[in-house]
Amino acid sequence: MKILATYNIKGGVGKTSAAVNLSYLAAADGLRVLLADLDPQAAATFLLRVRPRVKGGGTALIRGSRELDKAIKGTDFERLDLLPADFTFRNLDLILDDTKKPTQRLARLLRPLAAAYDMVFLDCPPGISLLSEAVLHAADLVLAPIIPTTLSVRTLDQLTEFIDGLDGHRPGILAFCSMIDRRKRLHRQIMEQLPTERKDVAATAIPALSLIERMAVQRAPVPAFAPRSEAARSYARLWAEVRARAG
Amino acid sequence: MSAGLHNFSYMNGYQQVAQTVREALAPRFSVVPARRTRTQRRTWLDTFDWRLYRAGLTLEYVTGRGPAELVLSGMAGERITAAANGTRWPALAEALPSGPLRDRLEGVTWVRALLPAAKAASTVSEFRLCNADDKTVAWLTVEQLHAAEPAAADLPPRLSVTAVRGYQGQAERIARCLAAQPQVLCDGLPALDAVLATGGLAPGEYTSKVDVELSPAMPARMALAAVLLQLLDTLEANVPGTVRDIDTEFLHDLRVAVRRTRTALKLGAGLLPAGMASEYRPAFKWLGDLTTPTRDLDVHLLTFAAGAAELTSARPEDLAPFHDYLAKRRGIEQRRLARALRSARFTTLITAWRGALTGLTPQREGPDAGHAAAQIIGRAHRRVLRQGNAITPESPPESLHDLRKRCKELRYALEFFASLYDASTHRRAVRELKGLQDCLGTFQDCQVQQEEIRVIAAEMLASGDASATTLLAMGDLASHIGQRERRARGEFASRFATFASRPARARFRALVAGAGS
Repeated sequence: MKILATYNIKGGVGKTSAAVNLSYLAAADGLRVLLADLDPQAAATFLLRVRPRVKGGGTALIRGSRELDKAIKGTDFERLDLLPADFTFRNLDLILDDTKKPTQRLARLLRPLAAAYDMVFLDCPPGISLLSEAVLHAADLVLAPIIPTTLSVRTLDQLTEFIDGLDGHRPGILAFCSMIDRRKRLHRQIMEQLPTERKDVAATAIPALSLIERMAVQRAPVPAFAPRSEAARSYARLWAEVRARAG
Repeated sequence: MSAGLHNFSYMNGYQQVAQTVREALAPRFSVVPARRTRTQRRTWLDTFDWRLYRAGLTLEYVTGRGPAELVLSGMAGERITAAANGTRWPALAEALPSGPLRDRLEGVTWVRALLPAAKAASTVSEFRLCNADDKTVAWLTVEQLHAAEPAAADLPPRLSVTAVRGYQGQAERIARCLAAQPQVLCDGLPALDAVLATGGLAPGEYTSKVDVELSPAMPARMALAAVLLQLLDTLEANVPGTVRDIDTEFLHDLRVAVRRTRTALKLGAGLLPAGMASEYRPAFKWLGDLTTPTRDLDVHLLTFAAGAAELTSARPEDLAPFHDYLAKRRGIEQRRLARALRSARFTTLITAWRGALTGLTPQREGPDAGHAAAQIIGRAHRRVLRQGNAITPESPPESLHDLRKRCKELRYALEFFASLYDASTHRRAVRELKGLQDCLGTFQDCQVQQEEIRVIAAEMLASGDASATTLLAMGDLASHIGQRERRARGEFASRFATFASRPARARFRALVAGAGS
């Protein structure tokens, strides 16, 4: 079982869109996939039409694998399940802090799922916190969307430094340019340069398209409601790169 | 991923299903067509003795627009699929493409082949059943089955509701709404059962065990006739599979049915009309002897890999010429056996035997089944004790072979009349006897196998079929078998002592006494 986390210190960069579309494509590719929505905003949960509620909230979930197993919901798509978000997930840091070895807790909770799933996507809230540290401990690969601005590229450096500074397990990083506006010269410049300069940046960039925003109206992944669109094709190319990196 | 399943039959036409379901579920749930209607051919596969069915598994070979597929499903929602292009049935699980499906099957099917149990053409439509958020909470599958085997018939449309994970509660509600419709029947009958029912069959019907329901008060002759008729049914059921050489267990079950028949003729001779047992005993001996060479070679081949893995001074591949020789000999013997089972002599015997059994009438003033069973089992038990007590460490192997035969007679007698006894006491008596039988069986099998290896080694040497390496490996193999034989011989005394202990004998006496009451 491979664990992939869509994560960035910065918010609003297309993490959830990537998590939903990539997990859909992974399932369509024949993998048994779980998407875990760890963000209390519950955007991924909303996009997959599931109610954002976990019995016992974050406390029950962090307590044991049985609760986690019970909380999982099937989506409308074959082989794709969802661990829905709950508003109490805003306190996941505090809940984790109350456990022994909090940074290893998430990895331990996910381990029993290996028999049922080939791939787990963790859709994480932004920021640096105990939860993000636990996510990085659990993940095999971090998918980091970056908006091609100088400031965003700085956050990628911060993320790389943060991971390098971790004790023990360190996940790989695959960053990708997200929300590209081709009308902006800076976007085009960074989008073209970054993958050539850095090995941890994917060649595929996800454009800023209204169709991606329409996911919230359709409440479905882009490839499910617009399979021939440019957005769907971009995510498919990104998935091919992710799959190759994840192994 | 899905869990939970509710099955229904729909008593109107296939075209009206969606409308009925829509009306039954409105306004809480909506019904959305999910995929294009597809037509498939479904072939249900199982072993002759229904091993998959008994393990709660269903295996299907499905052909349609795409490539042929094998689908294995379990009662707890387990589902494994595999590509199955080019598979011809019957087939052993080991002949299927490697993967999780084959791994799962091999543990269940053992040495038995998979063969078609039923066939049907199927038209399937799928619908999403959605809640107020337009979230799919369950899947509805509507299937129209046109049974082809065991009999041609159109079955009523079948509805099944499968819950999406985490939505079992809503799926239950949907199932209740459907069940409340007058056109919907909650028969819950799986598709295989429904197709088999067209031919008046049911899954799991065959068993090689004796399971005749007897009562203590019935005339003993009629009880024995019922047992013998069931044995004849088992024998006949296994003839086609033996002739076609589908798997080795057809011959095994046929052989056991013959041995049981011979035992019943021997132990129950006095219950049959004068001359009947002595007329048929030689005929069934002929039949039993006919099956021995092929079965002995089957045992060799079935245990070959385990034996080869035990070699110490030789390599398993050194035994390859021996394996080829055994396989060639088995082919010759099997063809000889098949010819005999197609012969007029065999057909005449079976027809006459059935005629003789069905023509039996109760003996005037004859014993009842309870008393006759007690007498037969009691006598067989005393014989085992007498012969076993006479065996010392110096006794020749023949004395153990004879005892093994007496144990088999006792075992069969216990099986014939099992329905007359308290089940748990009977089970315990059989278990205690089985402990002794296993030991004697290992001893004799090892002896027979060593002797056969010696004979075959001489034949292979004479015909130039074996190199020195192969002969040495065969010697190595024989030596391991010899060690097993000596171990079994060493264990005999304690096994017999357990069987013949005072508490075990008392339990046996109590069991036998219970039948007449």
